[in-house]
Amino acid sequence: MVAKTLYDKLFDSHVVTEENGTAMIYIDRHLVHEVTSPQAFEGLRLAGRKLWRISSIVATADHNTPTNGWDKGLSGIADPVSRLQIETLTENINEFGAKAYFPFMDSRQGIVHVVGPEQGATLPGMTVVCGDSHTSTHGAFGALAHGIGTSEVEHVMATQCLMQKKSKNMQVLVNGVLGKGVTAKDVALAIIAKTGTAGGTGFAIEFAGSAILALSMEGRMTLCNMAIEAGARAGMIAVDDTTIEYVKGRPFSPKAEQWDAAVAYWKTLHSDDGAVFDTVVTLDATLIQPQVTWGTSPEMVVGVDGKVPSLDLAKNEVQRADWERAYAYMDLKPNTPIDEINIDKVFIGSCTNSRIEDLRAAAAVAKGKHVAASVKLAMVVPGSGLVKAQAEREGLDKIFIAAGFEWREPGCSMCLAMNADRLEPGERCASTSNRNFEGRQGQGGRTHLVSPEMAAAAAVAGHFVDIRQFV
Amino acid sequence: MQAFTQLNGLVAPLDRANVDTDAIIPKQFLKSIKRSGFGPNAFDEWRYLDHGEPGMDNSKRPLNPDFVLNQTRYQGASILLTRENFGCGSSREHAPWALEDNGFRVVISSSFADIFFNNCFKNGMLPIVLSAEIVEGLFKEVESSVGYQLNVDLDAQSVTTPGGKAYVFEVDAVRKHNLLNGLDEIDLTMQQQDKIKAFEIKHRQTQPWLFN
Repeated sequence: MVAKTLYDKLFDSHVVTEENGTAMIYIDRHLVHEVTSPQAFEGLRLAGRKLWRISSIVATADHNTPTNGWDKGLSGIADPVSRLQIETLTENINEFGAKAYFPFMDSRQGIVHVVGPEQGATLPGMTVVCGDSHTSTHGAFGALAHGIGTSEVEHVMATQCLMQKKSKNMQVLVNGVLGKGVTAKDVALAIIAKTGTAGGTGFAIEFAGSAILALSMEGRMTLCNMAIEAGARAGMIAVDDTTIEYVKGRPFSPKAEQWDAAVAYWKTLHSDDGAVFDTVVTLDATLIQPQVTWGTSPEMVVGVDGKVPSLDLAKNEVQRADWERAYAYMDLKPNTPIDEINIDKVFIGSCTNSRIEDLRAAAAVAKGKHVAASVKLAMVVPGSGLVKAQAEREGLDKIFIAAGFEWREPGCSMCLAMNADRLEPGERCASTSNRNFEGRQGQGGRTHLVSPEMAAAAAVAGHFVDIRQFV
Repeated sequence: MQAFTQLNGLVAPLDRANVDTDAIIPKQFLKSIKRSGFGPNAFDEWRYLDHGEPGMDNSKRPLNPDFVLNQTRYQGASILLTRENFGCGSSREHAPWALEDNGFRVVISSSFADIFFNNCFKNGMLPIVLSAEIVEGLFKEVESSVGYQLNVDLDAQSVTTPGGKAYVFEVDAVRKHNLLNGLDEIDLTMQQQDKIKAFEIKHRQTQPWLFN
């Protein structure tokens, strides 16, 4: 038997038919949110089509929902265009159906990539798609998960299938023990520093090695979430006991005799010994430092004890031009030490870092301290209603509030700044999100990507600090 | 879907690498539940000097004279020439919608991000990968020659310069066929629904928990 990679197994087991190198693959789970679905539902309506399999759809509103003012309900959304988009999702789900829908303000509503796993709607071995590039998150479960555009959202709704060319296999191997204060976020950024944001283009990435296996499911989701920032549509991690333990007992997880059969199958979801990868990238976990991005692409990143790189380090003319634009946009000079960069705002949240473990880590740093006077706003946005409730049971909300953070309602919030949470022009933000593109968090806003611990420490200090020295 | 066969079009150069889909169409315009009308807001933060919001009269907004696509010589361009990793970031199909609505049917670059690349083909647009050297050469020619046009022939898989130099590009056979004929991909897939149903039955037998 030919040794297969995890990606090969997941892909091959979903091929309906294949012709001329293009496969039709079957989709098990389709996650739907308000921003990339209305045109797809409209397309179905215009063509007189229905959903192929209603039970594959799990929907929630997250991108465009407010994170405060929930006491006023839908009417509290000042922007009528945003309100209409959120109402349209409800109308579409009412018309077409879904296995589950967690509408705006439902106790289980939240970021689709937090909600899926916490409901057990994401399972090992599944193909998972969503009209959102961070769908790669779900690969943490040994699933084949990737983002799609709205035309493909409509295609999956109507046919349960996608036309796909198989990607190449990349293994990212991280061995060793991560240092104190070094998180899955830092691993993700360190990988991107090495591969570049286009290094994974055309590949499906499997993350492996002792440092990866030591991560919790939350950490694994953070890592797979950022596979897309390395250019790979899908990132994934083999199933192990950590995976199975997380999935057990969740609302949509298999029960009783189905559970045992499922676990037996899930345990086969790993790359075979001798499986061949088209490319392998290796990192030494012990050398990874807490990371801070300095520019306008996730690959513009250095260790916290580093400096904004100077132009002579650029690899070619194109990168020189990129860096020069980034210096200007970020208002940073080459060779500026990272820990001398002052911040105006702090955002702890997003599908990368808004799970309970992230909030616990940030709260542990903030406990008994206070947000610096120079910081205009430090906000914590839990990934879902259930994460928020859990954090409140643990008293994390009180720690954050006592330290001067705002404790908000769940949603995507200032990760993409579609709702009212955004940076003003020129404001500088320590953010636990995934993209530091120009204007991403608000036109003219300047984003530095960091881990939750590093964001909380920056909030307290008013500038970036090395979490390893921060007490 | 509109077919794409041949295009003889004016070329506009966007000399940047890693242009992300947030830059192509900023998030505030994603609140729309429609598929059209994004064109005037393509590259909004670079195109205008003020902050754009949905519902504004874009014809009255101050244009950024430094943004290359605002130059008179590039008005009416249908081919966008750009640098590596174009369309990275968010999966928003609003990005190709905005480019197409802005008049672009072809984007030429040395590489594209996967999701954006895929989304183009769903909208009658052709993303073309040429080597970094060829792209560099085209940038020089476009910038030095007002009214510079390229001829793109999908069937022949060629890009031809005014000087008659022809560059061949690769395109997946299935995508090429669908684009040349403007085929509706959902219709095509539905023609194979018996196979989908058969797969589904087998899949349900082996992993019944997927269908709970």
